[in-house]
Amino acid sequence: MAEVQEVKKQAKEREALFSKKNRKLISDPLNDSNPITVQVLGICSALAITVKLYPALVMSISVLFVLSAGNVIISLMRNYIPNRIRIIVQLVVVASLVILVDQVLKAYVYDVSKELSVFVGLIITNCIIMGRFEAFALANTPWKSFLDGLGNAFGYAWILLAVAFFRELLGSGQLFGYQVVPKSWYLTEGGVYSDNGLMLLPPMALITVGIIIWVQRSKNTALIEED
Amino acid sequence: MDVNKNSYTFTFAAVMVIVVAAVLSFAATSLKEKQDNNIRLEKMQNILSSINVDVERDGAEAVYTDYIKKELVVNNFQPVEGIAAFDIELSKEVVKEPSKRNAPLYIAEKEGKTYFILPLRGKGLWGPIWGYISLERNASTIYGATFDHKSETPGLGAEIKTDPFTSLFPDKEVLNKSGEFTGITVMKGNASGPHEVNGISGGTITSVGVQDMIQDCMKAYIPFLKNYEASNTASANSGNSNPIASID
Repeated sequence: MAEVQEVKKQAKEREALFSKKNRKLISDPLNDSNPITVQVLGICSALAITVKLYPALVMSISVLFVLSAGNVIISLMRNYIPNRIRIIVQLVVVASLVILVDQVLKAYVYDVSKELSVFVGLIITNCIIMGRFEAFALANTPWKSFLDGLGNAFGYAWILLAVAFFRELLGSGQLFGYQVVPKSWYLTEGGVYSDNGLMLLPPMALITVGIIIWVQRSKNTALIEED
Repeated sequence: MDVNKNSYTFTFAAVMVIVVAAVLSFAATSLKEKQDNNIRLEKMQNILSSINVDVERDGAEAVYTDYIKKELVVNNFQPVEGIAAFDIELSKEVVKEPSKRNAPLYIAEKEGKTYFILPLRGKGLWGPIWGYISLERNASTIYGATFDHKSETPGLGAEIKTDPFTSLFPDKEVLNKSGEFTGITVMKGNASGPHEVNGISGGTITSVGVQDMIQDCMKAYIPFLKNYEASNTASANSGNSNPIASID
């Protein structure tokens, strides 16, 4: 009888899959600890691939996969990884996952792989991934690491898509490749509108990210550092 | 177990490398056949799209055999026997002099008309660009063009593969009135005349790459195509067959 009670007690103590703490792992990176706007990681890819929404979406999905799978793998191995070569081990895990994903895409969804191929290198060098492996997965259980990976990938994805939305809309008058600004508005067609070519260039991505950070900080004053 | 011992670290690294190598090479070899087939079908799709035939990748092979009547290899402006045109790696050919290349040529028939399809390959800003261009029977008028690239900037140079750019090419002429090869010049706006198209703003280097690619790759064909045309017209008129006409 005492044994049964003991087991029950243990079950109670074990955290629920979606406890408040675990939910926070997903929701925090969307705002309070966003990898791009707060930690300022992964900026390079945010500048490089946000000219259009579609590549940004493909990049987000692949980072989502690599980050959550990588976090789980690192977390499973966390007690066996020698401390001195842990960065190398992390790098090997990211690189192999990316190559594996690329090979599978090439065989089964060839069009997506063509879209992605340019960015494979960028995924491997994405600081967010190494950052999460090192800071979170090495010290937490696989489930938590998985949630943390998902959260950070979503945090990365929404900034990427927001930047790409403005750049594609203002830079080429399109969304996902479809013309949304009516053709008749353009100067060449006798209208008064012209696309802003500057939006297509990397500096405007930085400025767009800057504006998002500005808006985020004015809404969420907890993020503002004291002088 | 002490995970920070030297011997453990070495063993861990060795095992990790072997496991990763095995997984990756298994994935690469087991998927290779599917990947190669995708690349082959995509090539057929591209060739077809240069004569304005759009097909799904799965159905590309059947449509390809419908339209493409002949694949041949041109070297020093003469047809060469015994080489499969479809399997030629253009990247290895374009580094040679135009007249020394094994240049693949596809001859298509669509709605009773014959078209020459010429594969192109050149340099963009960040990496290779390539494409197919189809000429009408007079070896001068462009019927259709399709371009692709490995790593040009999205929104700028990468626009060469989009319709707004490729649709500028049809009905342009690559020969001038006296029959000399001029190619197509990519202009910074205000393109006029039969040998000019507008480039992509912000994608100048890639646009010029397209111009150079057309200039360079077509050189390997033009004399052959002109003879091909002339000899076939002649044979059609006189009823004589000659060596070059016999390949038709």
